[in-house]
Amino acid sequence: MVLAADAAARRAGLRIGMPATKAQAIVPGLIVRDADPAADAEALEKLALWALRRYAPIVATDAPDGLVIDITGAAHLHGGEDAMVRGMVDQLAASGVAARAAIADSWGAAHAFARYGARSAIVVPAGESARAVLDLPIAALRLPKDMVENLRVLGFERIGELAAKPRAPLALRFGPELGRRLDQASGRLSEPIDPVRLPSLIEVRRVFAEPVGAAETIARTTGKLVAQLCEALEAKGLGARRLDFLFHRVDNRIEAIRIGTALPMRDVTRLTRLLCDKLETIDPGFGIEIMRLAATLAEPLAPKQTISSLTEEPEADVSGLIDTLANRVGEQHLYRFAPVASDVPERSVCRVAPTAPDTGEAWPNHWPRPSRLLPAPEPIETVALLPDHPPVNFTWRGVRRRVKCADGPERVFGEWWKQDAELIAVRDYFRVEDEAGERFWIYRSGNGEEAATGSQSWFLHGIFG
Amino acid sequence: MRMSAGLPIVDKLRARIKRLESAAARRRLVLPFGIQAIDRHLPGGGLALGALHEVAGGGNGAIDGAAAALFTAGIAARARGKILWCIRRPDLFAPAIAQAGLLPGRVIYVEAGNEKAVLACFEEGLRHGGLAAVVAEIARLSMTASRRLQLAAESSGAIGIAIRRWRRQTEAADFGQPTASITRWRISALPATQLPVPGVGRARWRLELIRCRTGESADFEVEACDAKGRLALPSDLVHGSSQKEIGRRRAAG
Repeated sequence: MVLAADAAARRAGLRIGMPATKAQAIVPGLIVRDADPAADAEALEKLALWALRRYAPIVATDAPDGLVIDITGAAHLHGGEDAMVRGMVDQLAASGVAARAAIADSWGAAHAFARYGARSAIVVPAGESARAVLDLPIAALRLPKDMVENLRVLGFERIGELAAKPRAPLALRFGPELGRRLDQASGRLSEPIDPVRLPSLIEVRRVFAEPVGAAETIARTTGKLVAQLCEALEAKGLGARRLDFLFHRVDNRIEAIRIGTALPMRDVTRLTRLLCDKLETIDPGFGIEIMRLAATLAEPLAPKQTISSLTEEPEADVSGLIDTLANRVGEQHLYRFAPVASDVPERSVCRVAPTAPDTGEAWPNHWPRPSRLLPAPEPIETVALLPDHPPVNFTWRGVRRRVKCADGPERVFGEWWKQDAELIAVRDYFRVEDEAGERFWIYRSGNGEEAATGSQSWFLHGIFG
Repeated sequence: MRMSAGLPIVDKLRARIKRLESAAARRRLVLPFGIQAIDRHLPGGGLALGALHEVAGGGNGAIDGAAAALFTAGIAARARGKILWCIRRPDLFAPAIAQAGLLPGRVIYVEAGNEKAVLACFEEGLRHGGLAAVVAEIARLSMTASRRLQLAAESSGAIGIAIRRWRRQTEAADFGQPTASITRWRISALPATQLPVPGVGRARWRLELIRCRTGESADFEVEACDAKGRLALPSDLVHGSSQKEIGRRRAAG
């Protein structure tokens, strides 16, 4: 029997549940292999571990074909919920896995939207998933197949219809499972996630005889756990690059904090400080039973000799500041600029990690560059003599300026190896100054003589100081 | 007569205020501009290290902040060490900053999503102490926030420069609000140096020192930063200013 079908298979006419012989009859030359659910489950675990390393500390498999990730507090580090969910789908698509993802308030709702939602990457606004899930079909409720069939026979199609009915007769007929799934989908019943764990992990934990909730106790225990972890790391010669701190609450919910550092380290004070900065985001609820600190990413850290000479000045160490800022705004928002060998101005800078070694490279200094570059060149209306002269006046954002003096043209050729359209494209840049003294960087797209080199229209690209 | 007798009393009061303000009697280090006319006006003979300074653009520069960015890059280039630049919108063009003397390997950029995050990163950078200068582009700076930043800068000895940039011209009037920064500058673009051939010469700025703690405000016309981040006095004006001074003395005497 066919167990799963992707878009190409569906186009060929194969459906889930179709007998294998029928499938072979529809598609000639079909290769038939036995399903291997154990290998599938193992592959899903591996995917869960990948998601654990990349996205958030609490990841579990949602058998048979999904993952559930608790992203509380981790979304802003990946550029927001929209960017995160689309990035996840794109990343998996790049490795050849067609995926759908959804973000919602509860596991049940997210499961439903991921499988039955309209788009492949959905973000349900906070607080609205209980209402939005009512529009989905009842198959999204994770009920056994025969129960779904019986409900359909009774005339129920959408979750909303089920939720509107009184609970008692349904429970009498179908059992408590139906009520439980409905509550889980709307978020009324909490569903704890049992996170997967990376093997061979350095982990320290503290189990409390009585649940703790006071902030000082948590902070104090954090310090002790970090000290224990650093000892364990030192014994193995490793430095931590990422720490996951999980709190198991009394009501079986797990809250988590994740911190990352740019370089591997085992400095107790710095790690404690990074963790304590985020401690206020967790809600202890009725109490915390277990606190578990794990180094999910650890790299070898060899001891380094500090500078002992009296005349040599040690370079100030900014890696601690980089770690704190990266944990606050996200790693991709902290960068340095580096030159790229390209004439096209918007492509001549690239971002590198702040801890990357300084190669001392700089941009070629032939022509002055504007200190502010507009994100996209804005069209301006000009009066200019073709082909070599700067405009006599130009109008930008509704203000007409008369050009007093100008420098140029600086000819920038297109990069034919990037796009065919840029084979003969040309920009002529001018640095112009208007009567008030403001200086702008404008260009004409095209060389003024041949129409194929550009649209011959003028744009403003940057502002000089 | 009363004025000349009042002067030593005013000096004594000034010294008392200085003692009250700085808990630790530290000699303030400064970063001089290298131009006599400007350094004379600043207390200590230059921009105070371990303090907060504000820079804003005049006219359209209040929105785009182009001249302010180059001015700040020149100052940061002459400070020794790494720079942290906190921005809200990524429209700074790094080759121009490198042309002002601030090489790309020295600057770390933080792109924070909103004003609060920019201020938090600004304070974090100032408190850290391993940086030469910390720059942040912000629109609103309240008195309490500026006091916190000033204290953070004093604790570490780094220069803190707040580039004020607004979204609309009407918001630029916010620059009049008092803050705890030591000096406040406004930079407006002026027509460039005239060249004997067609072309745009070295850019010129009107540099207004709007507020200076324990000093007087003044304004200067300067030529923009060169490849090492140094400003210069325009040569035609240097001669002109001395003539004006002679005239003034004659009129007063």
